[in-house]
Amino acid sequence: MTKQLWKGNEALAEAALRAGAEAYFGYPITPQTELLEYMSRRMPELHLVFLQAESEIGAINMVYGAACAGVRVLSSSSSPGISLMQEGLSYIAASEVPAVLVDIMRGGPGLGNIQPSQGDYFQMVKSSGHGDYHAIVLAPSSLQEAVDLMQITFELAFKYRHIVALIGDGSLGQMMEPLEMPPFKIWPAERPAWALTGAKNRPPNRISSLYLGAERLEALNLRLQQKLNLIRQDEVRYETMMIGDADYLIVAFGTVGRIAKSAVRQARAAGIRVGLFRPITLWPYPEQQLAALSKTVKGILVVEMNAGQMLEDVQRITHERVPIHFVGRMGGTIPLPDDILPALRTLIETVEHPQASPSAVPA
Amino acid sequence: MTIDTIPTQTTSAPPTLDGMQLVYQAPEALAETQTHYCPGCTHGIIHRLIAEVIDELGVRERIIGVMPVGCAVFAYDYFNFDGTEAAHGRAPAMATGIKRTMPDKVVFTYQGDGDIASIGGNEILAACARGEKLTVIFVNNAVFGMTGGQMAPTTPAGMVTTSSPYGRNVELQGSPIHLTEMLAMMPGVAYAARRSLHSVAEIRRTKKAIRLAFDAQIKGLGLGIVEVLSTCPTNWRIDPSEAMDFIRDIMMPEYPLGEFKIHEELKKH
Repeated sequence: MTKQLWKGNEALAEAALRAGAEAYFGYPITPQTELLEYMSRRMPELHLVFLQAESEIGAINMVYGAACAGVRVLSSSSSPGISLMQEGLSYIAASEVPAVLVDIMRGGPGLGNIQPSQGDYFQMVKSSGHGDYHAIVLAPSSLQEAVDLMQITFELAFKYRHIVALIGDGSLGQMMEPLEMPPFKIWPAERPAWALTGAKNRPPNRISSLYLGAERLEALNLRLQQKLNLIRQDEVRYETMMIGDADYLIVAFGTVGRIAKSAVRQARAAGIRVGLFRPITLWPYPEQQLAALSKTVKGILVVEMNAGQMLEDVQRITHERVPIHFVGRMGGTIPLPDDILPALRTLIETVEHPQASPSAVPA
Repeated sequence: MTIDTIPTQTTSAPPTLDGMQLVYQAPEALAETQTHYCPGCTHGIIHRLIAEVIDELGVRERIIGVMPVGCAVFAYDYFNFDGTEAAHGRAPAMATGIKRTMPDKVVFTYQGDGDIASIGGNEILAACARGEKLTVIFVNNAVFGMTGGQMAPTTPAGMVTTSSPYGRNVELQGSPIHLTEMLAMMPGVAYAARRSLHSVAEIRRTKKAIRLAFDAQIKGLGLGIVEVLSTCPTNWRIDPSEAMDFIRDIMMPEYPLGEFKIHEELKKH
């Protein structure tokens, strides 16, 4: 198949349809609105269900309803909209129904702005709603990877009856890149046995997130935790670059992970033995792989488009056994190799000449 | 069909072996279980009316019920059809997601006054604006029942509740919301009525209204909503019989009964 030039949000929309999406409910918010607009044009052509909801709250609860019916359904939004969806996401997680969500992140907090950001790491990875659960979170660094990862979202969502979120900063939604769009996936016509499809020739199905009684709710939570452990075991994804002989490691995700590749190449050209670790699943985080790498390098530089959200995980996972420095840009500013390389040199200086570098700022 | 001829009993049952005829039984759409409702609460009557209507329409196997947060939070266990439970106030959005993706199903929401008229105001408004093919049963007992009798948007002026201990003061707390009349103004609403359960005659009228609210959906005319004036003797702190009088004497003057919207197609029989 030949490559075509696609805009990020539209590529994500078409990729979701190729992956088997049957219904979309959403609400306009920059910088993801083109995804909704694309669905409004394209889904009627394919005789699929598109509806612009009254709010993100309405949208996520429509997703919840369709998910209860065993329908392959998704929504998309951007950071403040995701905040509004948290109630519904928690109900979806507790009810164990499959749903896919795209978050094209913008600068915050508050109304913030519409520039790219990775400020939703906490929101999506740590706490996409009240209670004890994590959504599966995929973080592509290019449009081709976004389109490819979209192909597994419904499979993961239905396999685990869980939320699968694909997150990218605003630039991923707005950029244009050549990519190869995969063919349409074929799904079986019948609905899952647990779905609400009408109690015909079977006892009624009931889907709820209400478990009165401490023991019953604890039993649900233990079951959810078991499921999350299975996901931790089987669904970790990550990319490494030039780690074989690396003395130093850059850790970055999404678009920043891609920018960091340029920084690694430039540093290598200058004789610095540095490699890249890029988690593709932010939850489950590739913890074992990062922990192992932290034993073979002398220092780690974490680069993010926020104030250091993934940084906390890197510190936890590596037990800070080597110095960890951080470069973070916020407010829609994108960290470039010009930000990363000086920080890398400072890290190296700190490690190689600990007494001679009083100006070094550790993370 | 007039109100008096609406069958509330099973009349078509075959004779049993000993020659006696079955004249009354639980609707198939009702689950054989005990409810947790308080003595004198009218949720049980409403459940039964819904189940009878669903049986008469022959749609039990196509029903998806969306239950609220409130005293009816467990209602999916009391019916013999597929059901789920929405977040507080979100039932119309959830029901929209179900109905839009499975238009051959018959989808209804069951919502209390706090659920639909307070926290869920936007969801019901939007569902009506879109003319969703849904049926909405709106149970108005003037208080938040499950949390212990706090003031609701529908609490009449002057009424004492646990969060309006000096009586609802419209200067401070606003006036009771007449949601059903408001929704009836919207083109997407095919049927809107307020009924009561304080007498047998009114219970029969309530059943007829529920039937029309389902007819509106099944005929694809739009959204059908029935507000049912209902009791909460526990939180009203009166006995069940006085609670029926409370509906008649306190609630009905504030909330007049009636049909505020009937689609032409629903008037044909």
